[in-house]
Amino acid sequence: MEKASAKPGAAALLQAVATLPLPQGYLNFVGRLILRFLQTAQGVGAFALITLGVTFTKWNTSWRVIHPLIRAQIDRAGVRLLPGIAFLGLALGLVIVGQTVSILNKFGAGQYTGTVMVTVLIRELGPLAAALLVMARVGTAIVIELGLSRAQGEVEALEALGIDPVHYLVMPRVIGLAGAIFSLTVYLIIVALLSGYLFIFLQGVPLLPGEYFDLIARALLWEDFVLIGLKTLTFGTIIAIVTCYHGLAQRLRLEEVSEATTHAVAQSVVGCVLADALFILVYILM
Amino acid sequence: MAAPAEPVSTPPLIELRDADIASAQSPDTALVENVNWRLHPGDFWAVGGLQWAGKSDWLTTVAGLQRPATGQHLLFGEPTPAMTQVELLAARRRIGLVFENGGRLFSHLTVEENVALPFCYHHNCPKDEARETVAAVLQLTGVGELAGQLAGQLNRSWRQRVALARALVLQPEVLLLDNPLAGLDPRQTRWWLETLDALNAGHAWMNGRPLTLVATADELRLWGTHARRFGWLQDRRWLDLGGRAELAASGEPSLQDILAA
Repeated sequence: MEKASAKPGAAALLQAVATLPLPQGYLNFVGRLILRFLQTAQGVGAFALITLGVTFTKWNTSWRVIHPLIRAQIDRAGVRLLPGIAFLGLALGLVIVGQTVSILNKFGAGQYTGTVMVTVLIRELGPLAAALLVMARVGTAIVIELGLSRAQGEVEALEALGIDPVHYLVMPRVIGLAGAIFSLTVYLIIVALLSGYLFIFLQGVPLLPGEYFDLIARALLWEDFVLIGLKTLTFGTIIAIVTCYHGLAQRLRLEEVSEATTHAVAQSVVGCVLADALFILVYILM
Repeated sequence: MAAPAEPVSTPPLIELRDADIASAQSPDTALVENVNWRLHPGDFWAVGGLQWAGKSDWLTTVAGLQRPATGQHLLFGEPTPAMTQVELLAARRRIGLVFENGGRLFSHLTVEENVALPFCYHHNCPKDEARETVAAVLQLTGVGELAGQLAGQLNRSWRQRVALARALVLQPEVLLLDNPLAGLDPRQTRWWLETLDALNAGHAWMNGRPLTLVATADELRLWGTHARRFGWLQDRRWLDLGGRAELAASGEPSLQDILAA
């Protein structure tokens, strides 16, 4: 009886509260949403730390099996998305770069072209657009394939064979996506700048190619290169961790896979935007 | 068949002490209570039980994939809760597990890739270097001709054989089989029983070393002349039925019904 009347642990209580149906009260509704968010953040954070630990401790373990998997993920999330990123870059160049430069010149503010391009395209839009494209094309597929693997018991089969599922399934995806988003961002920026100039040229803006690229090069700081590298690697890691977490963290039934995919996409977007905000803050404070 | 029915004095490979077997779906629910069981080198156990008796959960607990709700589980003399993740993975390498219902193969890989994966992972070698070993083990399990086919395209009985090949490729010390005879025709059943007998007696693939076997089954009749130790799961109880003579003399009513059927 003493055991039965003992107070449950904080984690068990939190779990019990979070699984209760949502009440009608708006404040309670918001409170419960925050609780669930914190729970998910805790789960994703723990999963990220495990993955980080495995990446460092097992980098050279079974590398003849794991490194080809990393290359396959880079191929899948990077090389195969090149046409898509080229299209996106072309569109961004025409819509944003071309129009912005054209308007700046119209109002006699052509000297700000470089600053605007670096701030809008290189620092912000490029990394975020590449990350969103990879998330839509590859992130969703990761949740589905890992969710199905888990539902069919293949993850337990890996464990039974003495293969660490985080090492075999998660680590190649994290490294692959991080590397792919970095490379795609660079391609996206180059294509957008080139196609932007094409639009400027077609509109008859009096700006020579040399002047255009010189304005951009002069506005670029060494911090921008560091920022692009860190940002894209962070976005790739966030997307891979969140999607792998939703695919693997709990045993899904087949019908739950689609819902897990939706959650993973939403949380990846939130994660990337929050990380982006953090980078802006750090950049401003620097 | 020459091995004694009673356990020998060698230390057990796997042991359950006062263990309550938890359900995989709800880890707080005990499906089988108070299990005391030891697996010695060279043993051949057949553990029966009706459907939903908890056989699969019992077997995955024995393999160390699942923790008992209470009690102790020891792998090669070490309590599993005290083992690090690395030690646990190393211990699992010494245990082969063939899952029920198609063996949980990786459906997007070919038969050859499925079998090569654990070998390449643990030997850190490319697929090409594993080709000869994989071909040999596929030949042993009679699926050599299916090497290039996707695992997802095979029927259940062939998948089960590929799963056996995948478990054997690492030359484990213990082989655990979850209901391997479920849904097989008599010819396939005979093949499985003969192959398991050969492995337990000391197959050339295992360099003549007798492989310790544990198989679960819905009923024990087919195993009566093959396994040497028998267990039964029913009503959340674990019953050690002893050897063949004790099995025939068992007074357990539910077991007698099945054996007489």
